Amino acid sequence: MSVATNTGGTSGGRKEKIYSQPQLPWKKSIQFALGSIKVRFWRSMITAGGVALGIAFLASVLTSQAIAGQVDAAEEARTRWLIGLSLLVCAVGITNAMLMSVSERFREIGTMKCLGALDAFVVRIFMIESVLTGVLASTIGWLVGMGAIVLVKLIAGVPKEAPAGTVWYGSLDGGDILRSFLFCIPVGALLSAIATYIPARQAASIPPAAALRIDV
Amino acid sequence: MTTGSGNKSGIAVSGAGGDVRTEYVVRARDVVKEFKMGNEVVRALKGISLDIRRGEYISIMGPSGSGKSTFFNMIGGIDRPNSGSIFIADSDIAQLGESEMAFLRCHNIGYIFQSYNLLTTMTALENVQLPTIFAGMPAEEGTIRAMEILERVGLGHRLHNKPSQLSGGQQQRVAIARSLANRPSIVLADEPTANLDAKTGKEIIGLLRELNKEEGVTIISATHDPRMLDVSDRVVWVNDGMIDRVENRENIEIRLSSVDDDGH
Ligand SMILES: Nc1ncnc2c1ncn2[C@@H]1O[C@H](COP(=O)(O)OP(=O)(O)O)[C@@H](O)[C@H]1O
Ligand SMILES: [Mg+2]
Repeated sequence: MSVATNTGGTSGGRKEKIYSQPQLPWKKSIQFALGSIKVRFWRSMITAGGVALGIAFLASVLTSQAIAGQVDAAEEARTRWLIGLSLLVCAVGITNAMLMSVSERFREIGTMKCLGALDAFVVRIFMIESVLTGVLASTIGWLVGMGAIVLVKLIAGVPKEAPAGTVWYGSLDGGDILRSFLFCIPVGALLSAIATYIPARQAASIPPAAALRIDV
Repeated sequence: MTTGSGNKSGIAVSGAGGDVRTEYVVRARDVVKEFKMGNEVVRALKGISLDIRRGEYISIMGPSGSGKSTFFNMIGGIDRPNSGSIFIADSDIAQLGESEMAFLRCHNIGYIFQSYNLLTTMTALENVQLPTIFAGMPAEEGTIRAMEILERVGLGHRLHNKPSQLSGGQQQRVAIARSLANRPSIVLADEPTANLDAKTGKEIIGLLRELNKEEGVTIISATHDPRMLDVSDRVVWVNDGMIDRVENRENIEIRLSSVDDDGH
């Protein structure tokens, strides 16, 4: 007889309680991010191309150094400066690419927020995606950068003779390669994460209505 | 027992002399919304007050640019007013934080948009299941729920299709299913038929009305589709950010039949 009794909803007439929306568990977030990477793999690889380039440069410098063996302090300082500068340029480039890639997804973000996603969830998805693609891109960049230098030095025949044994070329040995890998990949992932954080944070905080209205 | 629950949410009956049992799912008071565009200020809503009853099918009609979507966004908790107050499910949304708003959107409200807004990277099933994931429903249960409801809107055979593989009408059905996934008490539809051909639009309107009757879900639809008049319990006419008039079912029927007479 009353309006309240024939509602299909959960609370037949009582005040509906509003709670805090819980954050989704990490497992779900990672699943979500992986699905998202899968469907736009090539698009995200283009964005991550900047990371690959930056890391290729870093790896090539590290490899040259390792092949050459001992370098003096002045040379060392110069390469530090060069690496720092190139990574900075790289970071600016990726941030720009990330801004574009995030703004392509305003509508998706707005929709997810309408369905109950927290800002923090949106940011988290973007961060997971960016770290994963960052690791992948920097692995590729590292292989390319290191490979290119070894190849170039081989062709140029510098240094004249490579010591045999565990040393592969010049004075480049397994330890150098491992150290270079362990340095380059986290740097790449970090670069990617830093470049994503601000655009993602900003996009996530746009009210859903506004996010849905923006057409890119 | 109904009287008891009515008393508990006593604020709902402000000014209602007789009927204590009437319950409002949305109450808007003097809602003003302005948009700043450079130096210019657009007053999209100029003080709108409206109470919407539980289980009602209500249409917000008005010309393009009259403020329907803006009002829709306010009562849907996806934007906030500059002044005035909005109560959704008896909660003043001005008092709610980000996380509580997310909870409200997730559990209490379903949204249907003109352009469907399905996630293009997901299948129909995944789209419909998504709100249940945000609600913390276990995956198996969510899948069952999503399948059930897709079946209900007539898309049981299209579970694993991506939106790009579906027609406009089918996409809107997926969107309707998604809006109902967490059994909300309110479904908001912003021009749900505007992108559809006449026949499909009619089917969608019919489906919304059925769901309103069967599930008792309150439907609030912004539209300028005159066919919505047929199914509405109440029509709110909006013009230039203000409510022109509110018509009840009886008046609409009278007018519809007179329109019909004129037409023949
Ligand atoms: N985000 C916004 N920024 C600036 N102006 C807006 C915004 N949203 C709506 N408006 C303006 O507010 C008015 C009402 O718009 P809207 O609510 O979309 O109308 P309707 O849905 O009835 O077509 C229009 O003049 C529109 O240009
Ligand atoms: Mg509109």
